[in-house]
Amino acid sequence: MTKEEVEDGRDDMLIDGCEAEVPIQRLPPGFNANYLRVYYGKLFPYADIFKWMSYGNDGKHPACDKSYFGRREFSFTLDNDIYLRFQSFNNASELENAIREKCPFKIDIGPVYSVDPAKRHAYAQSGDNVFTPVERELVFDIDITDYDDVRYCCSGADVCLECWPLMTVAIKVIDSALRDDFGFNHILWAYSGRRGVHCWVCDRKARRLTNEQRGAIADYFRVYKGNENSHKKVSLTTVLHPFLVRSYTEVLRDFFETKLLSSQKIFSTEEKYEKILQLIPDESVTSDLRRKWQESKRSSSSKDDINVIRWEQLKQVLQSGRQKSQGLRRCVEEIVFSFTYPRLDMEVSKHMNHLLKAPFCVHPKTGHVCVPIDPNHCDEFDPTSVPTLSQLLEELNKGDMRDDADNELAETSLGKSIRFFRSSFLQPLLRSCKEELENSYNLKMQHSKNSMSW
Amino acid sequence: MEIVGSRWKAPSNDVVSNLPLYRSAPLLEVRLEDFELFAMDRLRVLRGISDGLSRGKKPEEMQKLVNDLWKTNMRHTLSSEVINKDIISHFVLRLVYCRTEELRKWFLSMETTLFRNRFKLESSDAQRALMAEFDLPYKAVSTSEYESIKDKLGQVARSIGQSLPTADAIFYKVPFEEVPELVAGRRVFICKGYAYVAMNQVVSLVVTQFRSLLSKALILTNRKWTSTIREEKDRLAPIVETLCMSYLGPDYSQPKEFAEISIKDIDHVAKSSFPLCMRNLFEKLREDHHLKHGGRMQLGLFLKGVGLKLDDALAFWRAEFSQKVGAERFDKEYAYNIRHNYGKEGKRIDYTPYSCQKVISLTPGVGDHHGCPYRHFSEENLRAALGKMGLASRAVEDVMDKVRNRHYQLACTLTFEAVHGASCDTGINHPIQYFNDSQKVLQSKNNPSK
Repeated sequence: MTKEEVEDGRDDMLIDGCEAEVPIQRLPPGFNANYLRVYYGKLFPYADIFKWMSYGNDGKHPACDKSYFGRREFSFTLDNDIYLRFQSFNNASELENAIREKCPFKIDIGPVYSVDPAKRHAYAQSGDNVFTPVERELVFDIDITDYDDVRYCCSGADVCLECWPLMTVAIKVIDSALRDDFGFNHILWAYSGRRGVHCWVCDRKARRLTNEQRGAIADYFRVYKGNENSHKKVSLTTVLHPFLVRSYTEVLRDFFETKLLSSQKIFSTEEKYEKILQLIPDESVTSDLRRKWQESKRSSSSKDDINVIRWEQLKQVLQSGRQKSQGLRRCVEEIVFSFTYPRLDMEVSKHMNHLLKAPFCVHPKTGHVCVPIDPNHCDEFDPTSVPTLSQLLEELNKGDMRDDADNELAETSLGKSIRFFRSSFLQPLLRSCKEELENSYNLKMQHSKNSMSW
Repeated sequence: MEIVGSRWKAPSNDVVSNLPLYRSAPLLEVRLEDFELFAMDRLRVLRGISDGLSRGKKPEEMQKLVNDLWKTNMRHTLSSEVINKDIISHFVLRLVYCRTEELRKWFLSMETTLFRNRFKLESSDAQRALMAEFDLPYKAVSTSEYESIKDKLGQVARSIGQSLPTADAIFYKVPFEEVPELVAGRRVFICKGYAYVAMNQVVSLVVTQFRSLLSKALILTNRKWTSTIREEKDRLAPIVETLCMSYLGPDYSQPKEFAEISIKDIDHVAKSSFPLCMRNLFEKLREDHHLKHGGRMQLGLFLKGVGLKLDDALAFWRAEFSQKVGAERFDKEYAYNIRHNYGKEGKRIDYTPYSCQKVISLTPGVGDHHGCPYRHFSEENLRAALGKMGLASRAVEDVMDKVRNRHYQLACTLTFEAVHGASCDTGINHPIQYFNDSQKVLQSKNNPSK
């Protein structure tokens, strides 16, 4: 999207309010502040975000912590990169009013603090760290730019249907470990709007993890330890941990062999296959393969995919009985892990006070809405067809002007995402929150009853 | 009174461990002198551990280090007193280190490391006895459950290079949050939120418990101490307050290893041999012709320590300050302070230059330039300062890495090595030591024949 388009877009701002004329022509694609104002006016799901971030504390139950939502940090990035941190709101309408009024290009969500973050200075005087984060979802941030050395279709912030499946693989691996290994249930995956995915683990237990425990989980997931000065970025032990075995056999191997090989054509040129040969620490094996592949370049007449053929050859050499060294046999897995295993931005996960962009924000560069992704059907997710700001406004314009905001929302292509968010994530989450509230309340009552009888 | 040790009814075989859990303070009578001496001895152990950690020693090296430190410092002529010394010194240091977040953090980390390594030295029976002592709510995994996950447990064991668990092996099923270090290293099998911890891994479990109990206890001790401090004003308070600041290395209050420095050399010397904390203060003083109290103390005592005579010091400070506040005001308001530092006023104590420990623990506020740059500078400012000292970007990254892990003295050591192109094996513990070591290196460079 060019700058001109943004500026042109401003003239088409006729859609605010019911009396506006309905423009027939297509809205210019992309993003601008005026579109965003309409989005925040009519589509952004404030009530859902509030419900979510309240974790049941907005109810009437005596165990509810009324101050809970008000201690959550929100931060806004305004036009011109003005950055407002430590915003806090006492209820859904305060949140809504502030967002409508300030029209932030980006909304980040931070932790729940011990005290209202907007009033943190009042507590700063008393020393002894009264202002400190007390709860925070366990979050993960995976960014396709971190895969630039293993994708040949795009680089940097660009992403296409050829490389996006790397993200899908990451979702599958991490999601299943979060559920099966760590026992978490309330997990939200969201498209980051341009080049990656975010994950929010919202179980009560997850929200209360210490930084050390968060770090431990992040490290549990860390296999890729690369830097620009080393070629070998994945180093596996001779026997793999069950989590890695499962990731390999259930997700990575299949993806590597059936998709990545041919989509990224990782053996197709000398430059590309040399990168793979560098991962093999045995001269005789690599020179053997190199010779074979240099010859086959001239004589390749077969209809089969050359990438598949070469991979099979590589596997055969490495896994044949001749290779006594366990380390060399491990090489096949190491190559697969190098190319496919999720690469997490560790720092985001390790600290409670790291901010993460809220779902349903609009990415200011692409105009894409940060919609939830269903981990059970993440193969079907297509980042290029995610609703954009201009598309949504067009849909609004086409639709009848109704008073019922919810209905209006439902009829846009964002409706599906919101429905998924509610039914698959929010409702089960709130059910557990309610149970937990009741349990903790009963426990407390029990406790006080016991101490009364003494 | 109750001696903690007397409660150790081991569950089986009457195994008794000499490792106390410090659950409750002993009601012993302690001579004030022992109170302080025992604490000093334990402090030497903890400082040694801190030093070992900041050097990134491997677990086996730490094990040896801790063992050696303990044996050297925690002996007692009466063998019956050894355990009392252990307990008393621990509780004294609790008092000393409960008073700020920073102190608590340090103490918690060192005591936990100490406990971990002492626990590992215990026999497995004693270890089990200690576990029972902790009252951990975890049960050993039942045979049927064990059978159902046997393969996975074996896989994990082999993945970390250990032999397969035998049929009678004991595993504990615990929430994964209790064993973060085992989770981080993928050293346990985790299923549905539970980690299966092998007997030889229970140290992680016990250490987590130890740490969390001690952490809570420190907060409580702090509260109690604040409420009783008035009664102890003349007795314990002075001991407690000086203990954490007392520096146990060489005494830098007197020695002038190198010929005194004079005012005309001072700019040159500051550039070549001052550690960053002093260099920064020095440059700020030259720039602003002023430093606030904290900065005057830190730099002033340092200059005294490296051999600036009182008369020179007065001239030096006057030359700067008079440009800002006028010579008259300097003589009236600031000169006293400088003479005071040199023991010429007030209590006439010859004040000791700040050690790294002290500098790091300072809390500079608005307008202050003192403190430890590695700890108190923003990342951006620190990078700029290091660049100004001539560090290559690679060296800067190494320093920043130490800073991120809060190894400030090690960061300073790396800076020293990068600036001087010489190694500093002892590590930097004192700004004066930095200065002395720097002068040594520079002299040997100037006289290569030597």
